[in-house]
Amino acid sequence: MIIAVSSQGQELKAPLDPRFGRAAYFIFYDTENDSFEVLNNKPNLNASQGAGIQAAQAVSRGKAGAVITGHCGPKAFSALQAGGIAVYLCQGNTVEDSIHAYKEGRLKQADEADKAGHW
Amino acid sequence: MGKLAKRNAGRGQISIMQEIVVISGKGGTGKTSLVSGLAATGTRQVLGDCDVDASDLHLIMAPEIRETHEFISGQQAQIDPDLCTGCGLCRAYCRFHAISEDYRVMGEHCEGCALCLHVCPESAVSMHDRHCGQWYSSSTRFGPMIHASLGIGQENSGKLVSIVRKESHQTAQEKGAENVLGDGAPGVGCPVIASLTNADMAILITEPTRSAFADLRRVFELTKHFKIPCLAVINKADLNPDITVEIERFCLEYGLGAPVKLTYDQDFTRAQIQGQSIVEYHPEKWTRPMQDIWRSAAEILKH
Amino acid sequence: MRLAIISGKGGTGKTTVAVNLALYLQREGQKVCLADCDVEEPNAHFFLDTAWSREQKQTAAVPEIDNAKCLGESCLQCVNECRFNSLIWMADRVMVFPELCHACGLCSFLCPVEAVDEATREIGLVRHGTGRGVQVWGGLLRIGEAMASPLISRVLKNAPGEGVLIADAPPGTSCPAVETLRDVDYVILVGEPTPFGLHDFKIAVELVRKLGLALGTVINRDGMGDDQMEKYIQHERLPLLARLPYSRQAAEACSRGEPLLEAMPEFKEIYRNMWENLQKEMQAGGK
Repeated sequence: MIIAVSSQGQELKAPLDPRFGRAAYFIFYDTENDSFEVLNNKPNLNASQGAGIQAAQAVSRGKAGAVITGHCGPKAFSALQAGGIAVYLCQGNTVEDSIHAYKEGRLKQADEADKAGHW
Repeated sequence: MGKLAKRNAGRGQISIMQEIVVISGKGGTGKTSLVSGLAATGTRQVLGDCDVDASDLHLIMAPEIRETHEFISGQQAQIDPDLCTGCGLCRAYCRFHAISEDYRVMGEHCEGCALCLHVCPESAVSMHDRHCGQWYSSSTRFGPMIHASLGIGQENSGKLVSIVRKESHQTAQEKGAENVLGDGAPGVGCPVIASLTNADMAILITEPTRSAFADLRRVFELTKHFKIPCLAVINKADLNPDITVEIERFCLEYGLGAPVKLTYDQDFTRAQIQGQSIVEYHPEKWTRPMQDIWRSAAEILKH
Repeated sequence: MRLAIISGKGGTGKTTVAVNLALYLQREGQKVCLADCDVEEPNAHFFLDTAWSREQKQTAAVPEIDNAKCLGESCLQCVNECRFNSLIWMADRVMVFPELCHACGLCSFLCPVEAVDEATREIGLVRHGTGRGVQVWGGLLRIGEAMASPLISRVLKNAPGEGVLIADAPPGTSCPAVETLRDVDYVILVGEPTPFGLHDFKIAVELVRKLGLALGTVINRDGMGDDQMEKYIQHERLPLLARLPYSRQAAEACSRGEPLLEAMPEFKEIYRNMWENLQKEMQAGGK
């Protein structure tokens, strides 16, 4: 399965980006062959609104089945839900560590957004 | 610890910063004066002026600007008069009536949707980034301050307010500040919503007038919508004792607790004229009431 | 005649002036209508003891995608062109986010197969009534609705065109105030003589000048602050239509929702002069 992880950098050792919509990068990690691809999310940072749902769209296009990020707002959350993409919230880790935590079943799936909506 | 701190502590990350936003519903109840008074008696705070349309906090805070940033948001259409044939399609389609009879885009009404660009058979329309204002990172005698000025007649969609808040939070993290104290906008629309989302609490400052009481009820509904705990302050409480009693009843009925009452005092205006907070103008009179408000706020933030 | 009353700063007396001027004109036999354009926090109706006779829900258009007709991934024009990021492609369909939508109509215009219908979402209401003989129009923005301007536009569209229309603007100088100033013949700028009042007053002057509208000023609560506003008005050669003196008694009357023309009859003379000055200015083609 492919997991999309919000990242502050372009490598697995980069810190997790706590933001979803305005994350710097998304790392699409394939758990079947342990390979990954990087998507630059920076164009989305300048969006005046709707960054979260644009990111959700990008994650869906990348064929991810799950997302690991720090925080997720209600619009992005409902978009991911509509796309059948599970959301896992994780704090203070590197991308690599958060993927390990996911594989070991230590991350709990979020059943709702953890932040109120905003622009 | 406040809401934000509790959530983060549960995930192994300690963050003690709490955000308090002062709003009013009705303008002119003393919001900015209260923020200045709280700033003068607070400790380790960052100030965020979220009233970007008519910002006044800087008149008391006298910020020294360290950084100026342009605020570019959305776009605006422009019609090339050399290519335009006056066919009128853009005017017919524009839902915001932003194109004049002589085919000029009126910037103050243009929403930047680009429908005219797609409609125009002559490709006479181009879209341009909109320079909407500026925001500043400054220092004041009461702590760092993030403030902004929205361009005249620009759309106050809340994006600039969100930037002020985001930068205030970031500055607070960097400087290890305890609080972010926000001066909100009047009303219940975009700018107020943008000031409130994810704040830890709101201080609702009102006055005993029919207008302000009605406005208080609406802005309170907004805080309920966003699940923000509140503290009420009745300014000029002696102006109309009957309405003050009604407001007190409302606060108790809706779980706001007893409101803080401040009597009408010309110090609010006199201090403003001196460019001072009420606490600097008359410390013996105002230090204690401001500290009491901080204490009441701390109680609310604990829960 | 269409008049708008703005201030820049909130709470300086826009509604006070709007209501009392409307009442004064009505008593002089003038046909007058008051449009309360502060749809976020309307207050004018209190002062006129308004009985609302009609209330109408207002909706804004919101796109609804007919998935049977939608061409999906081979098209995606609506998703790609929307400037407000209100539409995305998710899994197997276009998803709409109404709260981000500005109801511009671009998506339905672009769709090659007419798969975009326009559904509606509620933005608030427009209401109409009479109070103390004055026709009052106003609106109430739904709590949680972000944009006031579309509702303000509805209030003004619904208000009758004959006689004098007095539009009581919301505070500030951004989009809601700008919407109120559309198609106005004269703007009355109400100022409070304090540093905050003056700061926002100057911004409002800049706005009205930018819009190329005729402008006159009123100093409210004259005597409560300093003389800087008066000096500024003189320096800028702006017409000063009236000075409304500050008094505790006036503040108390307003707190009760009582119009000053009732509570303190001496204000009648002040409003008479205000109206006469305003007419003189309009005749002179003042700007």
